[in-house]
Amino acid sequence: MATLELNNIVKDFAGTQVIKGVDLEVKDREFVVFVGPSGCGKSTLLRMIAGLESVSSGDILIDGQRMNEVGPAERGLSMVFQSYALYPHMTVEDNMGFSLRLAKVPKAERREKVLEAARILQLENLLERKPKALSGGQRQRVAIGRAIVRNPSIFLFDEPLSNLDAALRVQMRIELARLHEELDATMIYVTHDQIEAMTMADKIVVLQGGIVEQVGSPMELYHHPRNRFVAGFIGSPKMNFIDVEVREARGEGVSVRLPGGGEYSVPVDGSGCQAGDTLSLGIRPEHLTLDDNGPLEGDITVIERLGGVTSLYVQCHGEEWILVTDGEVSHRVRDNVRFGFAPARAHLFAEDGLALTHLERHPLVDVERRQNRASTAADAS
Amino acid sequence: MRSFLLQAPAVSLLLLWMLVPLCMTLWFSFQRYNLLNPFISGFAGVDNYTYLLTDPALWTAMGNTLLLVGWVLAITVVGGTLLAVLFQQEFFGRGIARLLVIAPFFVMPTVSALIWKNMMMHPVNGVLAWLFNLFGFQAVDWFSSLPLTSIILIVSWEWLPFALLILLTAIQSLDDDQVEAARMDGAGPIAIFWFITLPHLKRAISVVIMIEMIFLLTIFAEIFVTTSGGPGLASTNLAYLIYIRALLDFDVGGASAGGVIAIVLANIVAIFLIRTVARHLET
Ligand SMILES: Nc1ncnc2c1ncn2[C@@H]1O[C@H](COP(=O)(O)OP(=O)(O)OP(=O)(O)O)[C@@H](O)[C@H]1O
Ligand SMILES: [Mg+2]
Repeated sequence: MATLELNNIVKDFAGTQVIKGVDLEVKDREFVVFVGPSGCGKSTLLRMIAGLESVSSGDILIDGQRMNEVGPAERGLSMVFQSYALYPHMTVEDNMGFSLRLAKVPKAERREKVLEAARILQLENLLERKPKALSGGQRQRVAIGRAIVRNPSIFLFDEPLSNLDAALRVQMRIELARLHEELDATMIYVTHDQIEAMTMADKIVVLQGGIVEQVGSPMELYHHPRNRFVAGFIGSPKMNFIDVEVREARGEGVSVRLPGGGEYSVPVDGSGCQAGDTLSLGIRPEHLTLDDNGPLEGDITVIERLGGVTSLYVQCHGEEWILVTDGEVSHRVRDNVRFGFAPARAHLFAEDGLALTHLERHPLVDVERRQNRASTAADAS
Repeated sequence: MRSFLLQAPAVSLLLLWMLVPLCMTLWFSFQRYNLLNPFISGFAGVDNYTYLLTDPALWTAMGNTLLLVGWVLAITVVGGTLLAVLFQQEFFGRGIARLLVIAPFFVMPTVSALIWKNMMMHPVNGVLAWLFNLFGFQAVDWFSSLPLTSIILIVSWEWLPFALLILLTAIQSLDDDQVEAARMDGAGPIAIFWFITLPHLKRAISVVIMIEMIFLLTIFAEIFVTTSGGPGLASTNLAYLIYIRALLDFDVGGASAGGVIAIVLANIVAIFLIRTVARHLET
């Protein structure tokens, strides 16, 4: 049981402001993921929550109690480091039991707790080994085990899977999700990996330059990005952006003219702009479709075939568009193709980068993460 | 065969370099050979050894050698570790302080012994005497009343920077994440030192002990310059005893026997040491 609240957190490193006023609320048992480009302050924010870094101004509240001056060990949190940070001269068992040993827990009880965590993580056979004699995935599990043994109210993870190979990452991702259910703990997770963020999070926090750009469920960020940065950051390949001219702007929709001459009416609230304005139109590669009668046309410059899907890079009116299409397309480089999109899929961004609000919310936005799992879907509905 | 031929030049040079002096020492140690009296000569059998081993001076010198090595090692390793932890912290002027504390290592042993003799420990003009007087104590005549202690102090002063230098480099390679993980686990500064820093330094400490031991077994200049092994034999170590035998008594045979005993002693220590260090390096 733990909630976390950040109130206007600021961090100064010798004059440079790295975190510029972050507000955030994390509910009990929530899985929150921090994403953002490298250097945006994700680790710094996490370390401030952990108590490893002081807070320049603002408040950190855990379960409603101000924690700014409380030491890292007393906050009741556990952190899993990207480098694992196992103690190299201790066995797996000693590594996992170190916090209990410092807390002067009797040996028998300590062993019991370590064994319990080892059982959850399938580490029973490795308890006598030193970290050096473990594989990357096993080390990762030991690091997680060390966090579990402390029985923390909140788990903090700083890119815990980034040193693992792709297959192991998928496996650990599922294991972490299972762990979250089993332990019923609040988790905060930093990652670079879109798939990790989209699949594991109840709530994603997108950071840029020390500022929170948007907080929301994965589907909310995907379908209703608040601004151009979030739209470009979430989703892969990146969203296509193109400048368009407003023909008619009303509360019920905005008519825009594409560079090729085609006209689209996008169902967004256009009350803030007027005819003649220039807006940025964003459309995801997977929402562009090849269509012989489509309004856009261009030459293919690059084809990336992934088997299941194919990415086409199309030169169209001086812009490079990316289309994600079916894996079976037989087009060749330099072929001329026509394509289009459903207007409801498009996003419009004003000069200042903010998105014009869609008139209809996407139906999947309110689906909770637990409803996506057979093991938890029943009690959620 | 071919590889043997190719190795031959290097190996034979090494053999000449090492074996010839070693064999000569061994040979002399079984000879009656005194520079003052050329008429006494010929094979001595084990007389030189019996004479030496029954000589109480040898046992005093051996005891002094062990005391000297043991205490200097203890002082430099403990002091070096604590200083390394201290100098790892951020503080104003750390760069200059590091430079100053390492400086003694670059002073020649003879010179540093002279400095200590004439400027620090001199019973009348010395800094220590002045300090003692300042606080109302009787000044100590270091080299006559505490000869071995004085030598230990001087040698420790020379070797502390070495230990510090090695241990400081080692401590800098300690992963910050590990320390932070320990902090999250509830470790305070002392627990971090004991459970994280010290095990991390284990290897470097073994290396410091091994290297220092090799040099400390043959300490000579500091004794020569300050106490000349005295008063009596109170500060004579094995190296100095060999010097007394060979160059003051002109007894080459006896001195060679002393040399052989020193070699044996050094090898016993080295074997014992390398085994423990090797065990540490493995883990
Ligand atoms: N101790 C420090 N002193 C000064 N600046 C720092 C310090 N630690 C981090 N920074 C700066 O703070 C900014 C944020 O760093 P942080 O490590 O939080 O980024 P991040 O989002 O975790 O990046 P990455 O995804 O690459 O891990 C960076 O610009 C970094 O240079
Ligand atoms: Mg980081």
